[in-house]
Amino acid sequence: MFRVLLLGSILISLTSNAQVKISGKVTDNHNKPLRGISISIKDSYDGATSDSTGGYSFVTTEKGAHILQATATGYKSFQENININQAALKINITLREEITELKAVVISAGTFEASDQKRASALTPLDIVTTASANADITSALKTLPGTQQVGESEGLFVRGGTAEESKIFIDGTLINKFFYSSEPELATRGRFNPFLFKGTIFSSGGYSALYGQALSSVLLLESIDLPERTSADFGISYLGVNGGLQKLSKNKKSSWGFTYSYTNLAVAFGIIKQKQGYFKVPVLNEGDANFRIKTSPTGILKYFGSFSTSNVGLRNQDVDSLTMKDAFGLKNLYMYHNLSWRESVGKGWKLNTGISYSNNRDDINNELQNADNEKQILNDSLYAYKNFRLANRDNYFNGKIVFEKKLLNLNAIRFGSEYNYSNEKTTYTQYNGIEYPQTVKENLWAVFAETDVYLTNDIAAKIGARAEHSQLLNKWNLAPRISLAYKFQDNSQLSLAYGIFYENPDRKYLPTINKLDFSQATHYILQYQKISNQRTFRAEAFYKKYKDLYKTSLTGYGELMAVNNNGFGDAKGIEFFWRDKKTIKNVDYWVSYSYLDTKRDFLNYPFEIVPPFATKHTASLVMKKFATKLKTQFNASYTFATGRPYYNINYDYTSNSYKIFDQGHTKDYNDLSLSVNYLPDIGKTNAKKFTVFVLSVSNVLGFNNVYTYNYSFNNQHKLAVTPPSKRFIYLGCFISFGIDRSQDEINNHL
Amino acid sequence: MKKLVLTTTIIFLASLSFAQSEKYESAMKANISQLDSMMGKGNSLELANNFERIANAEKTQWLPYYYAAYCTVVQAYTEQDNSKKDDIADKAQQLINKADSLLGKESSETDVIKSMIATAHMMVDPQSRYMTYGPQSNELIEKSESLDSTNPRPVLLKAENTFYTPEQFGGGKDAAKPLFDKAKELADNFKPETDLSPNWGNSAINYFLSQYK
Repeated sequence: MFRVLLLGSILISLTSNAQVKISGKVTDNHNKPLRGISISIKDSYDGATSDSTGGYSFVTTEKGAHILQATATGYKSFQENININQAALKINITLREEITELKAVVISAGTFEASDQKRASALTPLDIVTTASANADITSALKTLPGTQQVGESEGLFVRGGTAEESKIFIDGTLINKFFYSSEPELATRGRFNPFLFKGTIFSSGGYSALYGQALSSVLLLESIDLPERTSADFGISYLGVNGGLQKLSKNKKSSWGFTYSYTNLAVAFGIIKQKQGYFKVPVLNEGDANFRIKTSPTGILKYFGSFSTSNVGLRNQDVDSLTMKDAFGLKNLYMYHNLSWRESVGKGWKLNTGISYSNNRDDINNELQNADNEKQILNDSLYAYKNFRLANRDNYFNGKIVFEKKLLNLNAIRFGSEYNYSNEKTTYTQYNGIEYPQTVKENLWAVFAETDVYLTNDIAAKIGARAEHSQLLNKWNLAPRISLAYKFQDNSQLSLAYGIFYENPDRKYLPTINKLDFSQATHYILQYQKISNQRTFRAEAFYKKYKDLYKTSLTGYGELMAVNNNGFGDAKGIEFFWRDKKTIKNVDYWVSYSYLDTKRDFLNYPFEIVPPFATKHTASLVMKKFATKLKTQFNASYTFATGRPYYNINYDYTSNSYKIFDQGHTKDYNDLSLSVNYLPDIGKTNAKKFTVFVLSVSNVLGFNNVYTYNYSFNNQHKLAVTPPSKRFIYLGCFISFGIDRSQDEINNHL
Repeated sequence: MKKLVLTTTIIFLASLSFAQSEKYESAMKANISQLDSMMGKGNSLELANNFERIANAEKTQWLPYYYAAYCTVVQAYTEQDNSKKDDIADKAQQLINKADSLLGKESSETDVIKSMIATAHMMVDPQSRYMTYGPQSNELIEKSESLDSTNPRPVLLKAENTFYTPEQFGGGKDAAKPLFDKAKELADNFKPETDLSPNWGNSAINYFLSQYK
């Protein structure tokens, strides 16, 4: 009996060792052979990996009914029931691509993304601080990208024929008012925020999502960093000032807090680098910020960021009307900003993104007409008298936003939510004779929006959305549809299209008004071709933007411009190219951008449709970065060229009772070559306790005499060139970060 | 008779399960023996798939997942197209996480793989990713070393990292020499827990040491 059983078991094991060959070919749904696919018989060791022709072959000792499966990242897994007996099996496998974030087409028309995310992006935050012409200012770095204009006499982003007011900036989803330091005459002030506060920057030069509104031209979306990598203390010193801060990460790495403080005093810098303006009060700034961040769940985080700053500056410009006297401009600013945001996955594919922000801004401006000896001149009842005035701004802003997102199958998603913007802007103008004109403009703007991402395959996708807004100030509703489409070709290049309508309220400068106004409007049409391959990006974009209902202005009784109607109009069209290459030249990363812009508009006090003074036809930038390993030094250069901009003397003509162009011209071409050097002595030291960066940057190295525009005297007799405050600027500083390395604690905790 | 049948059945079942574990061991050994040559042959993906098949069939063994993760991260290292590296490293991370949860405790060996995964992510864009992945990779090496000071693999990783770091940054051939020597010494004295336990790296150590002759 035992023998029989033994024999039986031997027989069983013998027969089960008979081998059957299984082979075939693996292709994708375009019939392209797929290499490296794992083919196996489920729950057995037997299987193979497909070769470069997609072919596979293996032998198996399994018998009977089984499941043959094929798996690979990015493809839907394949399963087929097979019956294994003596005969060899030939099974061809077709794998269908999964719709995944990494493979799917990107809806990118109009958008430049700069982030640390895995997806290849055009610019990273590090790129912003190593752009030579930018001096670590976010918007200055963006001026090396296509679509932006080189406007140097006032701050902000002038995008595709739009004004700076047509570009809005958002931090963690909520609108930020007063992103830039308060305006000073003939100067472009910097952004208030350090680029290192943000892990992601998305710059859209048009056609953006229904989540954002009140911007006719462009939005800049900044996403603040989450938890810091480690606890660190930072210290910086330059001949402009000092700064220091601490970021503390909790032991369990679930929360952090931090603060920084900086003191800036330009006395030394302006002593060395002669400024065009005479400073009777060199700029002094005290700024502080604080933050905390708490992980509320593995996918949720609550973030607070607050900042506070005071500044004081006084400067004298030559008075354009008298030519012998000076305009003395004094500005004291007090600014405060708080932002609280929360994002959380709330289960079942739902995500919540919400935030509130509050800012308070106080400007006290004192303007005087002074003689050659800097003494105040009161010339009563003349034009000159009005040059002595005080202006106090008291602004309060509150913004809130909530976005719900539901992820559906295959990257499809719906998003909807609401936004609320409150502003209360009070200005008190005090005339030379002490008469006060207080004015308050209040606005409650409500918006609701919804959009959906539709991915038909990895190769074709659409984003369809709409936004409705109600303005209490205008007492009007608007409805803005937004659509973008993207198609990916076989070679991974892609074509995107975007269309959208955008609305905006009148600029505060031209308010209050007694006239009934509507929203101003722009319609965008964008066609983009983009190819991002290993270390190289090419992008070409053509656009057409139609402006309608722009605000026209007229003089009020006391010489202020006031919005009177929506009869303005205009358009902008152009083509832009961007090429970035990190590969061709070893250790060199460069990008080139070129913008062609053809725009005309009739708005404000323009007598008819003209090319606006903030737009030029051709703008080009070349940015290069080279890291020299031996020297532990990065060399950065950027060159920007722009054709001259038109300038006009538009003034009221009392004979014809209308605005007239008394004079006009074109400035000469704009050129700038900036260089910067970053020396990093501690780079590559493993477990270094400190990290030091020395920065030297020089703008306009070749000393071009750039002219931004011209100012005209009231009697149309003289014009004065508006030029940069100094021919070149030099920055020299050193930053040290002391990383409090906790890897040792970490190890101890695990033992 | 009843007894006989029972005994036979037990013997039969035991021999089956013996055959099963023998099959596991021999399959594992066949693949493990190819680890040292995968860099040269470029068959790391194939080996990774082999290990993953064993892992998925066995379901309770951590080692096949561990080796699958190791082969996958090597594949990430050797992948020329930077845009694919992250995906492959993510796959390695999934495999090592499975190994970790089956093992159920901290291990010097899995930390070695995790450190390599962090390095693979860094290689995609060293300039902007160094600050994130550099310290992460170093921390994991340190942790691996502290969990088992006799393990030559964290020392080998450290030696390789140093070897490829430019001299100006405190790396270079000369700086790496003592580390390779130490790895060699540890490897010579290393006793793997079982025949299947991690014991790779000898050929790499010998290759690097031969560069000094």
